[in-house]
Amino acid sequence: METKYSFVRKDLVSEQPPPLTQVGITGWLWRNLFSSMSNFTTVTSSVQSILMIILTIWLLYFCGGQLISIIDFAIISAVWSDPDGLKREVCATVKQGGDLPADWYGACWPFIFAKKKFLIYGRIPNEELWRANLVYAGLFVGMGYIIWEKGQGRKWVGLGMLTLFPVISLILLTGANFDISFNLILWTGILLIVSYLVGYFSSRNYFGEIFEQFSILFNFLALILFLFLALLILFSIDYGLAPIDTLDWGGLLLTLLIAITGIVASLPIGIVLALGRRSNMPIARVLCTMFIEFWRGIPLITVLFAASVLIPLFLPSGANVDKLLRAVIGIILFSSAYMAEVVRGGLQAIPRGQYESASAVGLSYSQSMRFIILPQALTHVLPGIVNTFIGLFKDTTLVSIIGIFEVMGIFRAASQDANWGSHVQHATSYLVAATAFFIFCFGMSRYSIYIENKLSRDNK
Amino acid sequence: MLQNLIFDKRFRSISFQIFLFLFVILLFYWFAQNASNNITARGDKFGFDFLNNSSGFSILPTLGTWLMDYEVGKSTYLDVYFIGIINTLVIAFTGIIATTLLGFIIGIFRLSNNIVLKFFSSVYVEMFRNIPLLIHLFFWYFAVLRAVPGKREKLDVLGSYAGINVTGLYIPKPLFFDGSTIFLFSILFSIALAFFMTSYANNLRKKTGQQLPLFQINIGIIFLIPTILFLFLTYQSGAPVEFQIPEFKTDGPKLKQGFVKGIGMSVHPEMIALWLALVLYTAAFIAEIVRAGITAIHKGQTEASLATGMTKGNTLRLIIIPQALRVIVPPLTSQYLNLTKNSSLAVAIAYPELVSVFAGTALNQVGREVEMIFMMALVYLTFSLITSLFMNWFNHRIKLVEK
Repeated sequence: METKYSFVRKDLVSEQPPPLTQVGITGWLWRNLFSSMSNFTTVTSSVQSILMIILTIWLLYFCGGQLISIIDFAIISAVWSDPDGLKREVCATVKQGGDLPADWYGACWPFIFAKKKFLIYGRIPNEELWRANLVYAGLFVGMGYIIWEKGQGRKWVGLGMLTLFPVISLILLTGANFDISFNLILWTGILLIVSYLVGYFSSRNYFGEIFEQFSILFNFLALILFLFLALLILFSIDYGLAPIDTLDWGGLLLTLLIAITGIVASLPIGIVLALGRRSNMPIARVLCTMFIEFWRGIPLITVLFAASVLIPLFLPSGANVDKLLRAVIGIILFSSAYMAEVVRGGLQAIPRGQYESASAVGLSYSQSMRFIILPQALTHVLPGIVNTFIGLFKDTTLVSIIGIFEVMGIFRAASQDANWGSHVQHATSYLVAATAFFIFCFGMSRYSIYIENKLSRDNK
Repeated sequence: MLQNLIFDKRFRSISFQIFLFLFVILLFYWFAQNASNNITARGDKFGFDFLNNSSGFSILPTLGTWLMDYEVGKSTYLDVYFIGIINTLVIAFTGIIATTLLGFIIGIFRLSNNIVLKFFSSVYVEMFRNIPLLIHLFFWYFAVLRAVPGKREKLDVLGSYAGINVTGLYIPKPLFFDGSTIFLFSILFSIALAFFMTSYANNLRKKTGQQLPLFQINIGIIFLIPTILFLFLTYQSGAPVEFQIPEFKTDGPKLKQGFVKGIGMSVHPEMIALWLALVLYTAAFIAEIVRAGITAIHKGQTEASLATGMTKGNTLRLIIIPQALRVIVPPLTSQYLNLTKNSSLAVAIAYPELVSVFAGTALNQVGREVEMIFMMALVYLTFSLITSLFMNWFNHRIKLVEK
């Protein structure tokens, strides 16, 4: 049976464009801005919306105002050059003896330009700057190569950066030629030969099975002695470099040096501590836990104070530990505790099956750690290590409190320099310092997020 | 026999531990020996007797000096120690409250669907996290608080009730008269009553399902009782509490101009700078923790609770926040500990907290490094122990709830 309809649509209605509040710039604005402040259906939501509108407008006004004042301070009102070498007067208002209007407030860039060398190198003499430049170049090229993903043999470069590079930099920066007693070298050499020979023969079962058990210990001892001897010899050679006092190091160079030394030295210590804290030997576990919790419990500035006054006290009288070295030792102890916790996190994330299957195939404890557990755990916590490094990098500013002139120390000294004394001196200094630290730390944190994403992609 | 022992796992582990223990003991013994040699060579001796000596330096007047009645040449180094601890606690306590509020606000801003709020909080978090605390501190102390008007001028805050200049922030000071004890007790009483009311309403709801307008009732209790009492007391014998407004002299001899000492309350610029730097810096970390905690809650939770007919406010209050707190509280406590430890940066601007006054000034005068640094470390270790005890307790409680 057929019903009679007056009209039947045979073809589809043509597509309509989506409503204006859904697409394009208006849609975006609606979703991201107005949707939170346009609900006036009930009393509560109207109050919320009105509050939101006020808050948004105030924030826009506040942020805009801050941005404008920063731009004004750093660029528009700033003094850029000091052609006549006036120093203090170039950034002084009429009242203070300069030419600028009384309400002038802007950055004093000539002041920063004048301190440029100190900020980058510290008080290293001008004719020795090439050595510091070489260290900088090595650092940036090496780091750049490690970050560059297509680079061949990045692993080896990384290893070199962790081992060879610090030694070379220290030789370059100190000038080596240390007065190391011949007896020390001789005895180290003799001990090295003895332990190597004992290790060699015992591994070939010359002294019976008991000694064979310990051959790896002797080999390990020989390796450490070899490295120690190599360092002794390398640092006692006269390379014809003029000696530079460590107190003359400063600025960015010293900041990078302290931070990198801290992280490089604290990684192995942190791994040992983390393994100790997770081992099933009660005494080792308690000792490691106490060490970690002690250093994590006290503030870094206390550690630095303690290191600078207690280290000379705890060593035999006459032993003279360099002021910088004392601070660095404090930083290493402090950051190794934090590193241990990061590594422990990685160790805990490894499923137990990995430990069990490693021992099931007959690997010893050290073998299973070296080949199975640690490679996985360390890769897993790479972002955590980078974050620890960022924290350490920021914390290096604290050594300026005990009178070591890393970047912040130089800025503090500069901002008190009477030759440039003006009311904008502090603001200019801290603006530059903040920007420099922000660039370094923000860059590193982005890199850490990038690695994290990459690792999580790789695992899937 | 010997061979068997060497291959025995337990024997190996025990002998290794004995060696390790002996090594650590010997190391400490060596340190102690050296220290005692060095101290004797200096003509000094080890001991805590110096704590009873009177101190010979003045300390910036703060809550600590006020509580301990500090007087140069009369108070002992033990008093100095306690002044340091009190001032550290003042900064830590007030800072923790403020930074929690700010951190939560910024963390929630970051999750809002308003682009202005989101952008503001992202910029805030990145900017404050990536700049060292010491720079914040110097910025506030040297660049901001030194740029305010000089000693003989002022900048009004809150109309003319409070003012700031380089000597500090001057705020009204509460003066307590007759009847103020009753008034303060009435505040405590009304808070206790509000707690009682809450538990009563909860019980009633569990038993009968009847919902009382608890929020309104509690607001009424907390504000109404003290207000009525205040008005009554004022009518009877004058206001029990009055605010003394800081006085600013603009006439008279030039040297006498400025804020008058002893009228109103003053906060030193060192304390303001330290407080601002710590609060703003830590808030950035707390904001990230809050954001992570809230995003960790599965979206299904919100949807399910809305589907059961709960309002948006109740969903947030009863479903999301209790679960998010489980994720938020442990890192939050460690941030509180960090704030407390970071207050030691005060040494850079000489606010008299523990490190600055005890390990700085007092140490320079007395020169007992080992004892004083030990005492200082003890305080911070106690803080961290308390924090970890709390964390264990909290984790334990959470675990019970989960089952």
